[in-house]
Amino acid sequence: MHDLHVRVLATVLVLAALALCTYKAIWLGLPLMPTDKAEVWTVEARIEFKARHNQAIKVSFALPRLPEGFTVLDENFVASDYGLTTTDDGVRRYAQWAIRETHGWQVLYYRIQLTRDNQVAMPLSMEKTDVMLDRSNLPDAARSAARALLNEVRSKSADNTSFVRELLSRLNARSQSDNNIGLLHQDADTPEKWVHRLKSILVEAELPARMVYLVVLKDGLNRSSLLPWLQYYDGERWQALNPDSGESGLPRDAMIWTVGSEPALDLMGGKYGHVEYSIKKHSQDMTRIADQRARQMGSRIMEYSLFSLPVQTQNVYRVLLLIPVGAFLIVLLRNVVGIDSFGTFMPILIALAFRETELLWGVSLFCLLLGLGLALRFYLEYLKLLLVPRLASVLVIVILLMAMVSIVTNKLGLDRGLSVALFPMVIMAMTIERMSVVWDERGAGEAVKQGLGSLLVAVMSYLVMSSQYLAHWVFVFPELLLLLLAMMLLLGRYTGYRLTELWRFRAVIWPR
Amino acid sequence: MAIQGSDMAAMMLAMPARTPWQRLRKLGILGMNERNASFVLPYNPRKNYPQVDDKRLTKSMAIQFGLPVPEQYAVIEIEHQLQTLEDDLAAYEDFVVKPSHGSGGGGILIVEGRAGGHYRLSNGRLIDSGELAFHISNILSGLFSLGGVPDAAVIEYRVCQDPVFEQVSYRGVPDIRVIVFRGVPVLAMVRLPTRISDGKANLHQGAIGVGIDLVTGMTRRGVWHETPVHAHPDTGGVLEGIMIPNWYDILLMSARCHDMVGLGYIGVDIVLDRALGPLMLEINARPGLNIQLAGHRGLVHGLNALRDLDNIPQKAEDRVALALEMYAGSRQA
Repeated sequence: MHDLHVRVLATVLVLAALALCTYKAIWLGLPLMPTDKAEVWTVEARIEFKARHNQAIKVSFALPRLPEGFTVLDENFVASDYGLTTTDDGVRRYAQWAIRETHGWQVLYYRIQLTRDNQVAMPLSMEKTDVMLDRSNLPDAARSAARALLNEVRSKSADNTSFVRELLSRLNARSQSDNNIGLLHQDADTPEKWVHRLKSILVEAELPARMVYLVVLKDGLNRSSLLPWLQYYDGERWQALNPDSGESGLPRDAMIWTVGSEPALDLMGGKYGHVEYSIKKHSQDMTRIADQRARQMGSRIMEYSLFSLPVQTQNVYRVLLLIPVGAFLIVLLRNVVGIDSFGTFMPILIALAFRETELLWGVSLFCLLLGLGLALRFYLEYLKLLLVPRLASVLVIVILLMAMVSIVTNKLGLDRGLSVALFPMVIMAMTIERMSVVWDERGAGEAVKQGLGSLLVAVMSYLVMSSQYLAHWVFVFPELLLLLLAMMLLLGRYTGYRLTELWRFRAVIWPR
Repeated sequence: MAIQGSDMAAMMLAMPARTPWQRLRKLGILGMNERNASFVLPYNPRKNYPQVDDKRLTKSMAIQFGLPVPEQYAVIEIEHQLQTLEDDLAAYEDFVVKPSHGSGGGGILIVEGRAGGHYRLSNGRLIDSGELAFHISNILSGLFSLGGVPDAAVIEYRVCQDPVFEQVSYRGVPDIRVIVFRGVPVLAMVRLPTRISDGKANLHQGAIGVGIDLVTGMTRRGVWHETPVHAHPDTGGVLEGIMIPNWYDILLMSARCHDMVGLGYIGVDIVLDRALGPLMLEINARPGLNIQLAGHRGLVHGLNALRDLDNIPQKAEDRVALALEMYAGSRQA
């Protein structure tokens, strides 16, 4: 009856934990391993201009809008005293800074953090697809040259894709023999103008085309500018084209900053405006990235996760969540193995102190404190003190010993010795008291045995609790603690033998 | 593995060689986890624990219930009472001091007599009244109680050992432990103090446990520090074949303790007094497992058989009869 109840409850807990875990790992992409890192690009746009005298300033700056293949982790605007609004017209996104009056050189910053993400494809509905054609921006001479070229290329191509590819390879071939092409190259001496010209030619062929500006993501790039690129509409979506080679697609590690031939920066009330882009790459913990992405996706679970806490509190929970792991170890050692220790959870607290002192130092300091404390406790025994005053005296002695150890090790230049201050002194005092009582009642052997047992359990808890993997799992997937809880419930109804009972009942197992 | 002739070894030979766990299972040895999960927790309602954890309460209930117990001389509850301690005890030549909430035999002081202004303890040590008062003060502050909560000290009649145990006991009074499940005695042993146990009858303190045949009341082989022994290490007396006097009364008293405290799984401690016969000392709601070593048999088979019974007789006499019947049946098997 009890057993069935416990089993059902444990199953429910296990299923809930696994379901939540799977959701977080697969859907939200939280990393299963603590070592998972991802590349994060930081692009910083530095806008500089000189304010005109006595004029209101309005700066309009094009911003990336849902860049394809990337997730925006963070973006921020740095401009003191300027009012800021952002607008999004469905194709382009702008930041608008405004200020009524200022003077001298002005610098504004826009910073965006991105990471590659192939899972989040840009939904088509997010971009306007009604594509308009505007003619009339080819000079007359060039227009007829273009028409001649287009007719020629069209006869040699099957569909839009092959047409465009053929057209661009012709245009970029630059064979001087072809007058038409030479004509089309006229006045298009900068990449920007060339892309513009290409766009006009494609429009002449009644193929919707547009110009886009790219940022090339290359680590350490400073004072870089945007790279003009070409896009045409194939009836379903915009396809990118290399304006110099006709290859389709974007360059490796590049993202579309803004769409359209308008310049990224539009300045009113200022002069000498220019923008510089600098790019930095660094690797970041996948956990943070997944967390930020989950927030963007509007996941309730992440909104109410441990990541929503202030960092300091998070760090506290990083340690606290390990305590159940230690407690589970104690359950195993007590009920399955059968090791006795002083105080049920005392070893966990000692193990937490070991985290700070590191193992070897921790064990030596623990033994030193326990030894000195016991020696003084035996002297107190001789004085026949009442229980509570005696306990209080042991506590004072423990604290004084800790201070002494700190001072002596400090003088000796052993920094680690200072961490003795992190030992839980009340626990140490209780341990000393209980050990001395056991010593008196059951003899030194039993006391030392139990003391070593406690130390062994503490060391094991420390080893388990200092595992990077466990620390990562319990913090990123705290629902795993439900798994532990389920196992503890099951062990709560465990009726099998303890390992030490084999030794205890050895006389009947192996009779002589 | 060498198996030599003994009844246990014969039993072992009949079993195919398997893992130690399976051997323990087959022998019906009760483990700590199973004791707690299958018997103590389901059969012992927590609300009845105070009746056995507080020895004063147990004693007063036993008196009402008509069970013989050692006479209580004094109860010391506050430090202040220690000032008049000597006057209170003046009338008694010998007595026992124990914590009311003690566990595992801790904190028990046996005063055998007086010598000058001093008290003579069972281990031969002399202490003055200051040391006695300090010991009682330690009891009051909770040094020996479960969880260290403040306690009271009980001073009571010192049991005089029955001559039957003369040859097998060293400076202390043996006590008889009977495991009673659902009011039916299941297994019994007698615990004999040794020099190492300091006159105390607790196995983990070094006393010898000797199994008692439930039907005949005759002792069998003993176990000392978890290994079998045939003779008392201090006196040399043979442990096997001692007939416990008033055995039926002891079984009946144990069975009635179940009705008194309303706990399903208990260990009843009984001493044999030279003049007064069997006296109930205390009841344990979490009796230890070593009785299985002393009794040379596991508890599980007997306990399971009782657990599967739908009806347990109301009358203690009938339950004792049931116990003897079941024990005899299992002995033959």
